[in-house]
Amino acid sequence: MRYKRRTLLRGILAFLAVLGTPIPRIVFAHGSKSKAFDAKRTPQVLDILYGDRNFIDSDRITFNIPDIAENGAVVPVNIKTDLLKVSTINILAERNPRPLVASFTLPEGTLPEVSVRIRLAETTRVIAIVEADGKRYGTTKQVQVTVGGCGG
Amino acid sequence: MKVKARARNNVVSVRVLIEHPMETGFRKDAKTGDVIPAKFVRHFECQHHGRVVFTAHFGRAVSRNPYLSFAFVGGQAGDALVLGWRDNTGAHETVEVVIA
Repeated sequence: MRYKRRTLLRGILAFLAVLGTPIPRIVFAHGSKSKAFDAKRTPQVLDILYGDRNFIDSDRITFNIPDIAENGAVVPVNIKTDLLKVSTINILAERNPRPLVASFTLPEGTLPEVSVRIRLAETTRVIAIVEADGKRYGTTKQVQVTVGGCGG
Repeated sequence: MKVKARARNNVVSVRVLIEHPMETGFRKDAKTGDVIPAKFVRHFECQHHGRVVFTAHFGRAVSRNPYLSFAFVGGQAGDALVLGWRDNTGAHETVEVVIA
C-alpha cells in the first residue's frame, strides 16, 4: 500500500515538474516608440524617430507594395535592400491618422528584409526608411486605396 | 501564434501569424455608436539562443492577425526559437518552436 502510494506520488510530481517548466519569457521595454506612433504628421514622426527629417532617396531599397489596394485593411508589404549594416526599417503612411505604421529593429546577422501586412486609411504615399551604417535611406510608393482600411 | 521556421544554408527563415484582432481604437460600434477600444499588438520579438534576432514595434495600422516574415543567419535545424508579443492592454503570448 505504502509502496504503491509513493510510486504514484513520485509519478505525479514528475509529471507536474515537466508541466511547470517555463518557456523563457520575453520581457518588453515599456513605452518605447509610443510618441512616434502617436504623432499625427509625417514630419513629426521623423523628428521623433531620427531627430531630423532628412533621408537619402535610394534605389537600393526594394519596396514591394501594390499600386492599387482593393482592401485598405490588408495591404501586403515587403521591403528588402542590399545596403549593408541595416539596423532599422520604418514604414510610414502619410495619410493615415497616425503615419508611423511599424518599426523593425534588426540586429547584426539578421537579413535586411521584412514582410508585414498593413492598413491604409486612404490613397497615400507610403515611405520605407532604412537605417544603414548610421545613414538614413528611403523610398516612397504611392498606393491607391479603393476601400479604406480603418473600418466603419 | 503560428510559426514556421526553416533553416537552409545557415539562414533561418521565419514566418509568423499572430492571432489578434488589432482593433485600432478608431472604429465605432454600429449599434451603440461607442468607440471600440484600441487593442493591438505593440511589440514582437524573436530570440535564438537567448539573443534577440528580430524586434517589431507596431502601431494601430498593422492588419488584423499580423503576419510577419524575417530571416537571420546562424541558426540550425533543431535549434529552439522563442517568439513573443505583447499588446497595449498587457495581453501577451510567448511560444517556443523548433527550427525545421
